[in-house]
Amino acid sequence: MPKDFGIGAPQKRREDIRFLTGRGVYTDDLKIAGQTYAVFCRSQVAHGRIVSIDTTATAAMPGVLAVFTGEDFKDVGGNPAGWLIKSRNGEPMREPKRPVLAHGKVRHVGDAYAAVIAETYQQAKDAAEQLAADTVIDELPAIVDMAAAVADASNRVHDEIPDNLCFDWGWIEDNRAKVEEVFKTAPHVTTLELVNNRLVPNAMEPRASIGEYFPGTGDYKLTTTSQNPHLTRLLVAAFVLGIPENKLTVVAPDVGGGFGSKIYHYGEEALVLAAAKKLGRPVRWTAERTESFLSDAHGRDHVTKIELACDKQGNFLAFRTETLANVGAYLSNFSTATPTFLHGTLMAGPYKVPAVYVNVKTVFTNTAPVDAYRGAGRPEATFSLERVIDKMCRELNLDPFEVRRKNFITTDMFPYTTPVGLVYDTGNYQATLDKAIEVGDVKGFEARRAESAKRGKLRGLGLSTWIEACGIAPSHLVGVLGSRVGLYDAATVRVNATGNISVMVGAHSHGQGHETVFAQIVADKLGIPEASVEIVHGDTSKIPFGMGSYGSRSLAVCGVAMTKAVDKIVAKGKKIAAHMLEASEADISFENGKFSVAGTDKAKTFGEIAFSAYVPHNYPLETLEPGLEETAFYDPNNFTYPAGAYLCEVEVDPDTGKVQVCSFTCADDFGNIMNPMVVEGQVHGGVGQGIGQALCENTHYDENGQLVTGSYMDYAMPRASDVPFYTVDYSCQTPCTHNPLGVKGCGEAGAIGSPPAVVNAVIDALHRGGIKVSHIDMPVSPARVWSAIQNA
Amino acid sequence: MPKVTMRVNGRAVSGEVEGRTLLVQFLREGQGLTGTHVGCDTSQCGACTVHVNGAQVKSCTVFALDVDGAEVTTIEGMANPDGTLGRIQQAFQDHHGLQCGFCTPGMVMAAAALLAENPKPTEAEVRHHLEGNICRCTGYHNIVKAVLAASGQDVSAIAAE
Repeated sequence: MPKDFGIGAPQKRREDIRFLTGRGVYTDDLKIAGQTYAVFCRSQVAHGRIVSIDTTATAAMPGVLAVFTGEDFKDVGGNPAGWLIKSRNGEPMREPKRPVLAHGKVRHVGDAYAAVIAETYQQAKDAAEQLAADTVIDELPAIVDMAAAVADASNRVHDEIPDNLCFDWGWIEDNRAKVEEVFKTAPHVTTLELVNNRLVPNAMEPRASIGEYFPGTGDYKLTTTSQNPHLTRLLVAAFVLGIPENKLTVVAPDVGGGFGSKIYHYGEEALVLAAAKKLGRPVRWTAERTESFLSDAHGRDHVTKIELACDKQGNFLAFRTETLANVGAYLSNFSTATPTFLHGTLMAGPYKVPAVYVNVKTVFTNTAPVDAYRGAGRPEATFSLERVIDKMCRELNLDPFEVRRKNFITTDMFPYTTPVGLVYDTGNYQATLDKAIEVGDVKGFEARRAESAKRGKLRGLGLSTWIEACGIAPSHLVGVLGSRVGLYDAATVRVNATGNISVMVGAHSHGQGHETVFAQIVADKLGIPEASVEIVHGDTSKIPFGMGSYGSRSLAVCGVAMTKAVDKIVAKGKKIAAHMLEASEADISFENGKFSVAGTDKAKTFGEIAFSAYVPHNYPLETLEPGLEETAFYDPNNFTYPAGAYLCEVEVDPDTGKVQVCSFTCADDFGNIMNPMVVEGQVHGGVGQGIGQALCENTHYDENGQLVTGSYMDYAMPRASDVPFYTVDYSCQTPCTHNPLGVKGCGEAGAIGSPPAVVNAVIDALHRGGIKVSHIDMPVSPARVWSAIQNA
Repeated sequence: MPKVTMRVNGRAVSGEVEGRTLLVQFLREGQGLTGTHVGCDTSQCGACTVHVNGAQVKSCTVFALDVDGAEVTTIEGMANPDGTLGRIQQAFQDHHGLQCGFCTPGMVMAAAALLAENPKPTEAEVRHHLEGNICRCTGYHNIVKAVLAASGQDVSAIAAE
């Protein structure tokens, strides 16, 4: 029987009420007295030198209040990269300045070089059109293809970076020679060249920001679509505008999805703040969808050659990869960590492979910045591994299930140190594979295939066994790896005098359901009704600190901080109870919301203790402060390692190349589960995005650097009819060994494990139909499948 | 400026608009009904879906003046008279058919139009009907399930429950 209260209960979400009745408050829903509107002028060419911007006519247009260009921000700071990566030769990465507004050059279509502020949106938009007409930009040849960018030193995205290379990273460089030796003597080597397609995150709420300045106090307020309000405050205050951190409040109200794209600070946020100060009025901006396509940080975009060395029985001996990773025109905040430490460190998968070497060259191009998108580096690693393993199985005529099984790290091997620098604390990869085979009814596949064949369809079965490192992240470890921030999180538990509770958490919820799930945990720990607990998030003026929500870290890092703060509340409550009950503190136990003296019926309820803390008439004031509020920061000592096995069945229409996903089965190990309904929802969403990547979505820049897929008319978002009902199982649970909740994180799993399962299924279907195709790049569109069939 | 008059969620409203003012702008900015969202500029995402004289309409695609005199229903008009969640809204909550909530108003309005026309749709019919509404969070699983449940059909056999 599922629980109906607290930890583990499939509690319906309290936040749904406001979203379902139209009472959510997203940034663009706010109306502020005296507000003005910003519209940005964005480059229409991928690469060009700004010759002149004549603001005269624009400034005189109706309603125009101010015009800003890159010149206005040339003396303030740039938006920095959060991770310093070093090249194989020890040199630090190249870090060009990322200005608030482009200055000197524009470097991608959509690069903002000016902004107009006006009384109304239409006036601002009209004026921005005028300004664009009065701007002269000399177009330069666009740098779009990564290989060409590195090969041609004459054409540079940043004039000071000769080969367009940000860094050339080896992981682990000391293993390079050893891995080469393995490949020289290996009985079999499988090689696969593949593309991990560039994706646009496409949170349904476009980015939006409102800047306010209060001259009476000198305070600023930024309301913005952020997954990460504290980091945004830090970046805007300390790095870009030089505002004292304590004079800036950042609020992220209801946020309509993020998927990575709203982790980062963007120039528009700095602009609305600077403009608000100059005008003394609120300044607002909301992206149009095409603006989002052009200027949100994109995801993925790797070109990889992966090699697998093994014996003839399919025992893995080594993996080796060479990857070109696109960072676009500027370094977004996490862009240098994504293709390196979120990718290379996962390149051993759940396998006991003895030798791995990863090389990543990260390249500047005249395209939008690329950064972490749901999964961030780990989907790229998983896709490369799971595709090359499938190819090897076909080459050696081995069963892909058995090959994975025999290479799995086994349960007796934990903690397991991989050759790429991680220590997996626990897992059971055999169990999730067995569960997927059972739940996905692999036994019945042949009958389903025969039925499909009767209808002229080719049916295929694809498998992917994945692992990720999340709960990002242990600061001591990421510090060594180049992170410029700590990745702990924080929470304050405030017990109010009437006994109800406000919990201020650093994690931000933009769909994950923290308001419900975090309250379940606190209520469970304190033995009080969930309705007594309120979760407060997304406001730097209310919350102690936080590093935001991404990397499946909300529960595994912030949730743990919250439980540690609860533990402190209980500890203080015991002291108060001991005094009130005239007992020794050591004799006080706390259970089901009651502090009791062991072996007696003397007890005080949680509410009585809370009241006493605020009305301390009978209270140990000489040794204990009144009040009942505790804060905890939690820095994990390892990543968490969710893992699982995914099965996909597809039907391919050999006449049209159309692929239909018939079923998708997930067997995951997320450790302990706090709310199964929410976990299922997270997996569904991830799988939906993974199927989107595998079959539909592609971000296409043409040779001139024009984004051809810049709207929903051109970019194929998965729709309801593109996906099936999914089967999600999370019954295999090996609790995380190093956090007290035993949780691992489930937000990214679906997006990590699903793309290779889909593509493996398509290749399997084609082979079963006698069509010997070894690989099709994503998206596996009807055109690509049809061409592959014709060329086979 | 021309004046437009309509009934929104049963209430007579009017306001001055420009010729180019979209219905969604009139609702959000003129009437403060910010439950109707704008997620794209090309009538693709469906977050702005409302009902005009009972028909499902993307409010970013019609001018406010074009619906002069019409009966408009938005997400704010979908709850029961006592303020509790309506049948479709309740099914969305019961089956976790929403996450970030941004596409949700459009999904509910689209589902309501479907069920008015086809009270017992099949799974395929639900998926087909939601073709014009994009969700990035849920992978559609629980949205489709919620719509089927709202139609009174038994969804207990649907996977992952």
